[in-house]
Amino acid sequence: MSEPVSALQDASHDGIVAVREDGLQGMITLRGDLSAAAVGSAIKDVAGLAVPEGGRISGDRTGGLCWMSPDELLLLCPHEDADANVERLQQGVKDTHSLVVNVSDARALFRVSGPAAREVMAKLCPVDFSPDAFTPGMFRRTRMAQVPAALWMSDDGTFHIICFRSVAEYVFGLLKVASQPGSEVGAF
Amino acid sequence: MSKRLSTGGRLIDRSRRIGFSFNGKPLAGHPGDTLASALLANDQMMVGRSFKYHRPRGIVASGVEEPNALVNMGEGKRFEPNQRATTTELFDGLTARSQNHWPSLDFDIGGINKHLSRLLPAGFYYKMFMYPRAFWKSVYEPFIRQSAGLGQAPTERDADSYEHFYAFADVLVIGGGVAGLLAARHAADTGARVLVLEQTAHWGGRSPVDGGTVDGSPVAQFIDETVSALEQMPNVTLRRRCMGAGVYDHGYVLGYERLTDHLPYAQGPRHRLWRIRAKQIVTATGAIERPLSFAGNDIPGVMLASAMRDYAVDYAVSPGERVVVATNNDDGYRTAICLRNAGVNVLRVLDARSAGGGALMDDARALGIRVDPGRGIAKVGGGKRVQSVQICAQDGVGGALEALKCDAVAMSGGWSPVVHLWSHCGGKLLWDEAQAHFRPDPEHPPLGADGNGFVRAAGASNGALALCDTLADATEAGKAAAKAAGFRRRNTRAPVGEAVSERPLEAVWLMPQQADVGLRSKSWLDFQNDVKVSDVQLAAREGFESVEHTKRYTTLGMATDQGKLSNINGLAVLSDALGQPIPATGTTTFRPPYTPISMGAIAGEARDEVFQPIRRTPIHDWHDAHGADWEPVGQWRRPYAFRRGSESAHDAVIREVRNTREAVGLLDASTLGKLIVKGPDAGRFLDMLYTNMMSTLKPGRCRYGLMCNENGFLMDDGVVARIDEDTFLCHTTTGGAEHIHAHMEEWLQTEWWDWQVYVANVTEQHAQIGVVGPMARKLLDKIGGMDLSAEALPFMAWADGRIGGFDARVYRISFSGELSYEIAVPASQGLAFWKLLISAGAEFGIMPYGTEALHVMRAEKGFIMIGDETDGTVIPQDLGLDWAISGKKEDYIGKRAQARSHMADPDRWKLVGLETTDGSVLPDGAYAVGEGVNANGQKVTQGRVTSTYYSPTLDRGIAMGLVLHGPDRMGEEITFPCTDGKTYSARIVDPVFYDKDGEKQNV
Amino acid sequence: MLILTCPYCGVAADETELACGGEAHLTRHGPGSSDDAFHGYLFSRKNPRGLHVERWRHVQGCGKWFHAARDTVTLQVFGTYPAQSHEPPEDIVRAIRRRHPEWTWKGAA
Ligand SMILES: [Zn+2]
Repeated sequence: MSEPVSALQDASHDGIVAVREDGLQGMITLRGDLSAAAVGSAIKDVAGLAVPEGGRISGDRTGGLCWMSPDELLLLCPHEDADANVERLQQGVKDTHSLVVNVSDARALFRVSGPAAREVMAKLCPVDFSPDAFTPGMFRRTRMAQVPAALWMSDDGTFHIICFRSVAEYVFGLLKVASQPGSEVGAF
Repeated sequence: MSKRLSTGGRLIDRSRRIGFSFNGKPLAGHPGDTLASALLANDQMMVGRSFKYHRPRGIVASGVEEPNALVNMGEGKRFEPNQRATTTELFDGLTARSQNHWPSLDFDIGGINKHLSRLLPAGFYYKMFMYPRAFWKSVYEPFIRQSAGLGQAPTERDADSYEHFYAFADVLVIGGGVAGLLAARHAADTGARVLVLEQTAHWGGRSPVDGGTVDGSPVAQFIDETVSALEQMPNVTLRRRCMGAGVYDHGYVLGYERLTDHLPYAQGPRHRLWRIRAKQIVTATGAIERPLSFAGNDIPGVMLASAMRDYAVDYAVSPGERVVVATNNDDGYRTAICLRNAGVNVLRVLDARSAGGGALMDDARALGIRVDPGRGIAKVGGGKRVQSVQICAQDGVGGALEALKCDAVAMSGGWSPVVHLWSHCGGKLLWDEAQAHFRPDPEHPPLGADGNGFVRAAGASNGALALCDTLADATEAGKAAAKAAGFRRRNTRAPVGEAVSERPLEAVWLMPQQADVGLRSKSWLDFQNDVKVSDVQLAAREGFESVEHTKRYTTLGMATDQGKLSNINGLAVLSDALGQPIPATGTTTFRPPYTPISMGAIAGEARDEVFQPIRRTPIHDWHDAHGADWEPVGQWRRPYAFRRGSESAHDAVIREVRNTREAVGLLDASTLGKLIVKGPDAGRFLDMLYTNMMSTLKPGRCRYGLMCNENGFLMDDGVVARIDEDTFLCHTTTGGAEHIHAHMEEWLQTEWWDWQVYVANVTEQHAQIGVVGPMARKLLDKIGGMDLSAEALPFMAWADGRIGGFDARVYRISFSGELSYEIAVPASQGLAFWKLLISAGAEFGIMPYGTEALHVMRAEKGFIMIGDETDGTVIPQDLGLDWAISGKKEDYIGKRAQARSHMADPDRWKLVGLETTDGSVLPDGAYAVGEGVNANGQKVTQGRVTSTYYSPTLDRGIAMGLVLHGPDRMGEEITFPCTDGKTYSARIVDPVFYDKDGEKQNV
Repeated sequence: MLILTCPYCGVAADETELACGGEAHLTRHGPGSSDDAFHGYLFSRKNPRGLHVERWRHVQGCGKWFHAARDTVTLQVFGTYPAQSHEPPEDIVRAIRRRHPEWTWKGAA
């Protein structure tokens, strides 16, 4: 057994925002009937949280639930806890049609922070990131330039972005270009 | 001569001088100048030559409509052709060169074309270059290529960066003149989120030059106050140097922001493309003055009257010392008055209207300017500069009444609203007879997703040319747009402008009205493309009745200015020639962008490192450090081969194949797709998806499967492992994971939505490494942790366990024919596991191998490759894969299609092996020919090569191909005449070249 | 560049987040079907000028397939609804009829 490593090993870049690869993150996909009692209680048992409403996230990186689709949640937890949590979730939902799988290593997580964070994101995603339209607690799956991404804000100046591990370098490159000095937009 | 006036200049900073160069000549201007105003201030009236006849051309306009003043800007990595001098803000060190001439602007050999102009009429190229056909390639094309095209193409990489920005607005206002600002103000007052785009560096549009009052104060003051108020509003975003380039479906708008064109050494992106979604749009894009069509109207020194006004007021530049004004409307008098007040000698106003103008004419006369009503220009004299005009009666044939020496001519043919953005997405136009222009038809706006209009025109772009009309129109447009965007209308008041009593315009499409052919063939409509009144008339005589056809035949309006000055005049001439009213002729289609935008802005961030996503496996960097030649496979990069030292890629492949067959090789197979399919109906679902039976697969076992689309064609293949009763793991090809995942979801969501199956794509969760070769088991035993003996893990089985301390899932599957284990470990530990195998494998002679060795080995074994043996028209039966098609199943995707008559046709080409008779390697894609010729006189084909390699194992060329009746023709020789000039002869053989009984993989 | 609202996640999705799948409400014809029926199912897809009921997938989003009723000429959108339906829901039929009074679902009254 060796130390697991994230895609870019915590690479960082400072431009008009701070861009960080946020290291290893536990992520578990759960597919099932989100309104089923067994699913709700298994989730509650493992994550300590209720199933979030559509388009929202509850909790945070250390323990969170992201609404991915009407029959899919993404559970966030410490990377080292993911396998154990998969087991517990599987046990909890074993009598109902469902799929629980560890996807921690299939993904990379980035953090974009600073007063210009909304602007930098708005250069890459076809999403309204104005303060009235996008607020902490919302969870959005979209595209970031040419690849799929999922994102949320933990506070007004901080975005967290999930992408596939294989394109981590591409996403990091996008964020570097979008945060180049002198590229402030001043639109929000 | 044109020169800088001693006082004035609203936009320039006279306290500072900045240097620039034109055609290598050092010149000076002031901050705030445009390149055009600075050139005029230096008496550089002539700025280029026309496209076809290479006639001398000067600056005509002061804005985006400029057809002539196009320059090659900058040098080296910042060189860009076709930049308009009128919209280029001057900066220190700017370098510009004129275009379309050789060897110099003043002396141009191509100018000889102008003497041939009678031989180069409309449609010349179509008529002249048609025959003989053989001349096209050797004579015509080289000639056209040499003389065609504006400016030069850049030769170096662009030094600048570009970006996109996604913006959302309730009300988008395009245009920051008085109408746009006022509309924005009234929309913003409702609380709507408002975005305002202004293409120039300044707010206010024309109104500070044209003057007038708003609520009793000068209009310039009103603009300053309105901008200040808007800047204070949190719901308003104002952008200058940002052009509304195009309006598209559902309120999508492109804005083109030029950030550093005027600050070339500033940090940050040069251009930003705004990708805007607006609920409602107000186009306040103003109007453009029309030229008058008289002979010699293209000679440098003839300018739009409004442009002369702009140069005088904004930049304190006088276009000449002795000016004649020709007009058909009262606005021309504003130029006469403005120039006179600036101290310029205005010799005459020629008013084509027999009764002359209104109050402004009286003002001009009061200043001592002579006004001649009912007069026009018969002809302008001069070559590289206006020298004189011949005055004639407007209603005559052009007999000269008087000649006047002068050095500049101002022309005003009335104003055309800028309806481009209104029209881009389907807004219709009305012909306004009184103002002789097209304007937006409010009854037929562009329609949005809700079926209602989403664009409103305001101010001059709506035909409200007078300031007092604009104020009322724009106020209402702003309010109405906000209301349509869902905001409550506020009871705000429109400001009041002073009314000026103007005499109506009289349309003048030709000056003089009965001009003879000599004059008409010197009366330019399209300055950039050299289209004259006579050309359009000729087109009409030759039967080009549609305006779209005439446009293409004459090239009217097809230049980089897209006919901003020429279109209305041209279609009026066409209508006249066809004897029909102008609205019956209609306009050509307005297409975005409004003015050309940079390729960089369109690409945005997508260049260099982030031109496109490149997918990397967890082991990518190791490969890179160990000599990998890369092969793109979809968006993935896979090592093609690992070259050692000076070794060629070909030699590396040979070495890798031999080493894998004789010792042990290591393959990064992480890119193979991995889909988990789970649920009570998973087996049933996979039985529909694959041609073979998957539901009978036992947990712990693997099975190779084929997947077809509903057309019956083979789309993917891979090994399926059954994890437990409810769960399967399906491997797909590299690059197949996403679309096979999508294929599964599509059937589950849209056809069998009552089936209980969930799918998850876990491709990237694992690094998957192939340990391949006779020493593979020894290596894994050395690392230890799992019993991988033939008994514990037989061929086509899988097991979970720990190897060398890594959590692993081991598949005993082989794509090479050797003893082979594919081992999946968490991606976060993939590189560490790879390194462990490399170091522990040293004693066994381990070497990594790339995709080419993989391909060679699979071909030696006769295994098909999706994309080589398949091309979207091949069914499994063509490939001899009938053994992988279940006969027991009632249905699978593609089964019905494979029963169609031509799918069951015995004449379909079938897979065979091919062995060249001399051992050489067949060219890829080569066709085998048969007897006779087809209906086109081509040789009949009877097969083609689908995969071909040099086999190091057999030391000869081997290939696979699809051949007519191939499996029934074993041993027969067929010939392949190839594009390399050689003809290859190959024997039809079994496609399995190596270890036909599969003993090596099953040990 | 259309905007369609995904009925699953409520996102007003940009066309670049969506993928179009052609005519909606097809009936699959498998083994045993006549050549004509199969040919019609496989190849004869509607692409009308005017009212069209189409399949779309929120591919850069929740990944779900949905149907959209829209006018291919005016680009008016009458509504979107889940793909797990056999015909357009009543409220969408009503919205269509307000603009196209003569329109009926597959010729039904
Ligand atoms: Zn969705």
